[in-house]
Amino acid sequence: MEAVIAIGIGVLAGSGVWLILRPRTFQVIIGLSLLSYAVNLFIFGMGRLRSNAAPILDGVSAVTAYADPVPQSLVLTAIVIGFAMTALFLVVLLASRGLTGTDHVDGQER
Amino acid sequence: MEQHLAVLPIVLPLLAGAALVLIEDRHHTVKLVINIVATLLLVATGLVLLAGSTSDPARIIAYQIGDWPAPYGIVLVVDRLSALMVALTSVLALGAIIFSAARWHRAGQHFHSLFQLLLMGLNGAFLTGDLFNLFVFFEVMLAASYGLALHGSGRSRVKASLHYIAMNLATSSLFLIGATAIYGVAGTLNMADLAVRIPLLSGSDLALLQTGAAILGIAFLVKAGMWPLGMWLPTTYAAAAPPVAAMFAIMSKVGVYVVMRLTSLLFGEGSGASAHFGDLVLQYGGLATVAFGTVGVLASQGVARIACFSVIVSSGTLLAVIGYENAGVTAGALYYLVSSTLGLSCLFLLVELMERGRSPGDDVLAVTLEAYGDDEDPEHEQEVGVATPGSFAALGVAFACCAILIAGMPPLSGFLGKFAIIHALFGIDGGAGIATGVWVLAGALIVSGLAATVALMRTGINTFWVSLGGSLPAIRWVEITPVVLLLGLGVTLTVYAQPVMDFMQAAATSLHAPGQYTQQVLGDLHNGARP
Repeated sequence: MEAVIAIGIGVLAGSGVWLILRPRTFQVIIGLSLLSYAVNLFIFGMGRLRSNAAPILDGVSAVTAYADPVPQSLVLTAIVIGFAMTALFLVVLLASRGLTGTDHVDGQER
Repeated sequence: MEQHLAVLPIVLPLLAGAALVLIEDRHHTVKLVINIVATLLLVATGLVLLAGSTSDPARIIAYQIGDWPAPYGIVLVVDRLSALMVALTSVLALGAIIFSAARWHRAGQHFHSLFQLLLMGLNGAFLTGDLFNLFVFFEVMLAASYGLALHGSGRSRVKASLHYIAMNLATSSLFLIGATAIYGVAGTLNMADLAVRIPLLSGSDLALLQTGAAILGIAFLVKAGMWPLGMWLPTTYAAAAPPVAAMFAIMSKVGVYVVMRLTSLLFGEGSGASAHFGDLVLQYGGLATVAFGTVGVLASQGVARIACFSVIVSSGTLLAVIGYENAGVTAGALYYLVSSTLGLSCLFLLVELMERGRSPGDDVLAVTLEAYGDDEDPEHEQEVGVATPGSFAALGVAFACCAILIAGMPPLSGFLGKFAIIHALFGIDGGAGIATGVWVLAGALIVSGLAATVALMRTGINTFWVSLGGSLPAIRWVEITPVVLLLGLGVTLTVYAQPVMDFMQAAATSLHAPGQYTQQVLGDLHNGARP
């Protein structure tokens, strides 16, 4: 499971970085989204991977039977913030497209 | 009761910002009045907090939100440094909002709400004692700053903001990776708790922690504008509306503040194997930033870009001296931080006033004149006896004061700050005399001051002395008031240098002895006594 998650994060982050460095604004925003997915998975992984374990204490089972709840709450916050920022970036991207007439990140074709 | 003051710098702008959203944009005056009142209250809160930490040297307020005990809940911490930063932010905000009353606050929508939310994010970042909470406040601050950077709209602002936002979204990812990697190793996000736990780590845990800290550090250094991470800064700051740019002057200091806080807390003298982690990066990186900024200042043509590169020089100076992790040096750095932030904020306000009377081609013309010889204009004799208008003279004096403050020339506080830094740097006893790095840094600080003097004087002469035509700027008193306010503070800082320096010294000493901080935040859990 660790290998699959690690490869998944790697592929997402790699594609994200490649897209961010592309010259079209749409590619940049998709790249940023992919990067934030990779980061969200990474945050999740930092609570250690565990299947079928609830993050809620029931007072009966041993502590080792639980998943760490903190990264789960962190990832929730990160998703919300990342989503809001991406939406905002989309607006700026459209404004830039409207004002400059091109979708190049520098506002002009080379 | 008094401890609840700690949360006020966050709650007050939040409420004001939320209330301002509800009022329609056509009620400009109402919104402006609410904004000014809220900012005045914030100034009062900041000053009370500052006065509190001045009178009682040992006071550190650890405010537990929702009364959840420290390492589990989120904690706000008011010590000398954070009280100082909150007070400085509120004063700059007051200056910026008064300036915007002339016309800028009507230039776009939701200026006032965004302004208050920016203050909330800034204050939260200064006060929080939790790494993830820091992320949240950073995002609040950045989200508001995106809106403010776009304030006034226009092609150059949208273009600059596009780069600024993309840069910061990518940086936020690094922030998250760094913070959670630290959590994955240390099992806590509370800064005080981290300070207690980091000395206990070893082996692969230590490597992972330092990797996380390095990634986290990059996120802050991007905000601070360290070379080569600060490429976005000049374009964005120069494109922003003047009152917004005046607030952005403190935003780059947030990065510096966090680096200062975390290096001293997590990687100070007492943190075992991790002690002095990243110091060399800060020293050399800061030096490179000063060099880059100095060249930038000399190469810039408009006043706005000179101001932007001065921000970079100021950040570089601070980062380099933080790398020495010495209480005396840090005290000088804090003094310099306050003085240079006031000067830069003031300069951003002056930029627009100075450029108001000039036609767009003037800057190019000025450079061409310098390159091809300065032909005296034939109308020269007719101008003899023309009195300088009062507003123009006031502007000139303000600009001169600002230049002195930023360049670090005597008699104003910029000089005292740089002097305190260099004096303390030479006082570091390395056992083998003064280190080469110290000589280089001291030289760089002085040369950067010279460059700022040359560049600002050139602009000043072109604007005020040999005015290249264009109409005289019409300046309203609301526009010159904040400039006088900020410069007045700079002068006050100079006149009361001794008490201010004592305060900075105490702040720096407690910063470099984090035992008291962790003790106050964690209470009985301090020293490893945990369930």
